[in-house]
Amino acid sequence: MTNKAVQQTTGHLESLQEWQGTVQELKNLVSPRALSGETMLLNMGPQHPSTHGVLRLLLELDGENVVSCIPDVGYLHTGIEKNMEAKTFEQAIVMTDRMDYLNPMGNNLVYCLAMEKLGEIDVPERAQIVRVLLAELTRINSHLVWLGTHCLDMGAMSVFLYAMREREMVLDIFEMVSGQRMMSTYFRPGGLWRDVPDEFIPAVKHFMEIFPKKVDDYDRLLINNPLWIDRTQGIGVITPEDAIQYGCTGATLRGSGVNWDIRKAMPYMGYETYEFDVPLGTHGDVYDRFLVRMLELRQSIRIINQAVARLEKTPGPFRTQNRKYAPPPRSELGRSMEAVIHHFKLWTEGFTLPKGEVYVSIESPRGELSCYLSSDGGNKPHRVHFRTPSYVHTMGAIPKMAKDGMLADLVGIIGSVDIVLGDCDR
Amino acid sequence: MQQPLDPVELAKLTLKDAVLDVIEFRGETTIVVKPETIVDVMRFFRDTEGLEYIFLSDITAVDYFPQEPRFALNYHLLSMLYLRRLRVKVYLHSDDPRIESVTSVFASADWEEREAYDMMGIHFENHPSLRRVLMPEDWEGHPQRKDYPLGYEQVQFSFNFDDIERLKPYAKE
Repeated sequence: MTNKAVQQTTGHLESLQEWQGTVQELKNLVSPRALSGETMLLNMGPQHPSTHGVLRLLLELDGENVVSCIPDVGYLHTGIEKNMEAKTFEQAIVMTDRMDYLNPMGNNLVYCLAMEKLGEIDVPERAQIVRVLLAELTRINSHLVWLGTHCLDMGAMSVFLYAMREREMVLDIFEMVSGQRMMSTYFRPGGLWRDVPDEFIPAVKHFMEIFPKKVDDYDRLLINNPLWIDRTQGIGVITPEDAIQYGCTGATLRGSGVNWDIRKAMPYMGYETYEFDVPLGTHGDVYDRFLVRMLELRQSIRIINQAVARLEKTPGPFRTQNRKYAPPPRSELGRSMEAVIHHFKLWTEGFTLPKGEVYVSIESPRGELSCYLSSDGGNKPHRVHFRTPSYVHTMGAIPKMAKDGMLADLVGIIGSVDIVLGDCDR
Repeated sequence: MQQPLDPVELAKLTLKDAVLDVIEFRGETTIVVKPETIVDVMRFFRDTEGLEYIFLSDITAVDYFPQEPRFALNYHLLSMLYLRRLRVKVYLHSDDPRIESVTSVFASADWEEREAYDMMGIHFENHPSLRRVLMPEDWEGHPQRKDYPLGYEQVQFSFNFDDIERLKPYAKE
């Protein structure tokens, strides 16, 4: 061992011995009763099967009741925003998949929309339809994982197996279009990486034939199941006012009865031309959030069916013809000197975006996913920031809902909010 | 329902000197305000009828190193009633990046400000508990700053194999 390493190790040990950690350090976070030992402090996580990743919750317990809940996140922090500043605009798309690994297409979409807004890049209609279709398939994919794990946490094992079986079909479709099951990186500025293959539409149609019946099965398993109702109704309640104050979005907000869906309110990618409804809850409890997501599955099916019908009627380019942003097809390289220059510039330097800043939001399966993109006129992002729903929900909604509830219900609350820790920590 | 009002005109009329600049870019409105007025400005945009930006989406800290003022904070507000967004921006100097916390106006500012503190080292006064959130408690430096190195592992080739091997943190001897 080198001297430096020895110093570092012993220094670390000394600092551990010097650490006189007491509960006094927590006095601003927990109630005064914890300082006198009246209530108990308990760590839930970072390794806990119900936290869907590496989330640590510091719980203050009075018997079985949760007095306060302090989330501790950052175990999955990988510095994605910092790393993106060191890559060109197009290379950085790869990083976005890794944030919310259940919603890779959505992450690609919000970042591409930000680039397109900043550079005023046009997106052909065919690409828009495929984007909507895949974004909704991603929503189904994400909701299926949510449904499976949420039920597994609450003790319903069989739903998990069914949900994973159907999710596999969605992942097969992703693999068909992008070559990757999860980290697809399929959306690019100005359109798509490549056109969808011929077998894509039959595969989606096949899935759409099977899937609605499967959703009926999930409904039959859960919606009127007395055990499920006993376990979920009336717990983790959040009022609409609190939900807005604490930054809740998506199904967590709609479960409280607030009609807010960015696809309807501030449409992007032509969502205003699709027919679908926004399911709303009334009580804001775990069961209502569950119902909202179950109904969203059916709305996604509706959107996909419309998108498939449109896609069949819409031939045309899958990516913008603006050669400053999209590379020319291989066949042009042998004929046109200009195409060779564009190809060379795009694959060495990348494109540049004008100086400025934009903020773009989409409705991800978990809520409002926003991207702040600032460019200084160069070929790399000056600053990228993602407003991720999981971060806001973990830090705000879960402590708020868990407060004054029971410890056993906390597992249901975490599941109902549907957090992904990769999305939270970035 | 009250008719929507123009946030820029109303802000100039009511907040007067606090508004430093207004930027329109790609259909987005940015209002640059004085840092010391931020809490009043937030309360104004939240409570004024016809604006009602009741939802704080995000606080983004940006580092414009080596320019001065170096830091900027972008408060992204959303009006769910009038379906529009607004960016309120403040610039902070690098010698003492310090600003009043807006947690008294928006509860959701709490963790966004903690992230800005963690990543950029901007201090928020009267924040209920300004701790690091994503990085470990004992971390030194603020990783999102432009003068913070990205860090990487040097690629090991045959010509520099031994040099790099020596630096690797193996247990030796």
